[in-house]
Amino acid sequence: MGMTMSEKIMASHSGRSSVKPGDIITCDVDWAGIHDMMFLLSGSQGDFSKINKVYDPDKIMMFIDHGAPSPTTADADGAVRERAFAKKHGVKNFFDIGNQGVIHQKIAEEGFAAPGRLIACGDSHTCAAGAFNCAARGFGPAEMIYILCTGQNWYEVAPTIKYELYGKLPEYVLAKDLFLYLAGEYGEVTNYNVEFAGPGIETLSVSSRQSVTTMCAEINAEFAIFPYDDILEDYLKGRARGSYEPVIPDADAEYAEVRKIDLSTLVPYVSGAHYIPDNCRPISASEGIPINQAVLGSCSNGRIEDLQLAAKMLKGKKIADGVRMIVTPATHEIYKEALRQGLFEPIAEAGAIITNATCGVCYGGHLGMIGAGERCISTTTRNFKGRMGSADSEIFLASPATVVASALTGKVTDPRTL
Amino acid sequence: MKVTGKVWKFGHDINTDLIFPHTAFRLPPKEQIKLIFSDNRPGWADEVQPGDIIVSEQNFGTGSSRPGAVLLKNLGLGGMLSDSINGLFFRNCVSYGFPALQGPGISDLFEEGDVAEFDLATGLIKNLTSGKALQVPALPESMVETVDAGGVFEVLAAKGLIDPMV
Repeated sequence: MGMTMSEKIMASHSGRSSVKPGDIITCDVDWAGIHDMMFLLSGSQGDFSKINKVYDPDKIMMFIDHGAPSPTTADADGAVRERAFAKKHGVKNFFDIGNQGVIHQKIAEEGFAAPGRLIACGDSHTCAAGAFNCAARGFGPAEMIYILCTGQNWYEVAPTIKYELYGKLPEYVLAKDLFLYLAGEYGEVTNYNVEFAGPGIETLSVSSRQSVTTMCAEINAEFAIFPYDDILEDYLKGRARGSYEPVIPDADAEYAEVRKIDLSTLVPYVSGAHYIPDNCRPISASEGIPINQAVLGSCSNGRIEDLQLAAKMLKGKKIADGVRMIVTPATHEIYKEALRQGLFEPIAEAGAIITNATCGVCYGGHLGMIGAGERCISTTTRNFKGRMGSADSEIFLASPATVVASALTGKVTDPRTL
Repeated sequence: MKVTGKVWKFGHDINTDLIFPHTAFRLPPKEQIKLIFSDNRPGWADEVQPGDIIVSEQNFGTGSSRPGAVLLKNLGLGGMLSDSINGLFFRNCVSYGFPALQGPGISDLFEEGDVAEFDLATGLIKNLTSGKALQVPALPESMVETVDAGGVFEVLAAKGLIDPMV
């Protein structure tokens, strides 16, 4: 029996020649990542200062991203503990303020994510690294402490659903729309891996693939993996740390289901408020609904491509009266690149504000909160009730093009109509 | 491990931010548990009695890696049953020693206030009020052992890899 990409990585990291769904195995983790939110925890939740010795400091990645820089004294105290942890254990790969960024984008741009690897981070959107032909998933703090101590963790091999992509997305229909379509059309995939295949993949940039794999956390995918190809190889050139071995699915690999998608037929999609699976519809269902805030950023959509699109769409225009638009590059590297490319000027002149690189508005703990009765349209990852502030507010998720178009009109707007 | 307790019913897509709001991150543990479900069911955390059980519709625990399971445990809940549980949340249940089982049809088995009994090692779920029962997949032995031990911190401390967390 052949193996899927996920199964091959599970096998190679558990010292087996093959695995099948349902197997419970112990795997060696290639890279383990933790961020500042973990250092806010204490006692029974998991106190990282209680670790006596880490397995290997050179396999650990550390980040300050959620509160970058610290929005409260509690966050600042957490950052003090995090810096002390890095020093105590000799962790060299620590990305502090000045070289900071959202963990998943840092893992990509720093070359930690590379084909065939097994990556574990204390953040649910870790499946983002699947865009790089990796098996990556999030764990809670207890399991991250386990991994830091032992270099290993248990995995249950999951069955895999394959999405076969054909065609090319139309203008102003983006990878985020593809994800929102999958979430709306097929719903959650709890306890399944997701793998992408088909000729449509070559029409998607690495950044677009990251947008999709990041969001696969929201349909509960275990791993979300794209295949290796020339586009990925180009991205990895001069960037990937160490050598890597791409995984290619066997021709006779077994899939729980194969779902075929013609990208050329897709339209902009928008989520409703409060939950994602089965709650995303074509934009015609929400067009015209007024908004108070528009956000462009996050591990899903805070990359240079997203900022280029925003700059192009905002050039010479003004954000609608009564709307606040917040633009947040995912990393400080992207911030500097946007500055070099002159992308900030048209964005700022339009009346949007540009923030430092941070998880920021996405998790509601840093900046850009919304109040009672307000609605935010956002490229970020979650629309949970109260996540960005008041429990009486609403978050709609959409693509960068839809968010910018909506910011310009003050209501949910189809970017193809501007 | 067998768990018995009074049922509180919840709907679908109960996410981690409702269980563990980010505002709770910066509070002492005793204050944190008061914020559980404060956005979707205000006052509930004050009504819960030790050993009570949550029963929910599909997709419980969707969202963040934050350890919502340990907050539910610290509130005194005995365990959780759901039509489906987010994979990361389920792993948090195991690693923090909070008993949980999942399987289609669980939420239909109970009304709020019923008494539930479940066994991680057999996967048998009983409604002691109605007399009905449902068989769902049992937890693998290694996971039952972790839950029985009280979670992975107990396992790591026993090996001397960490100092005790509390």
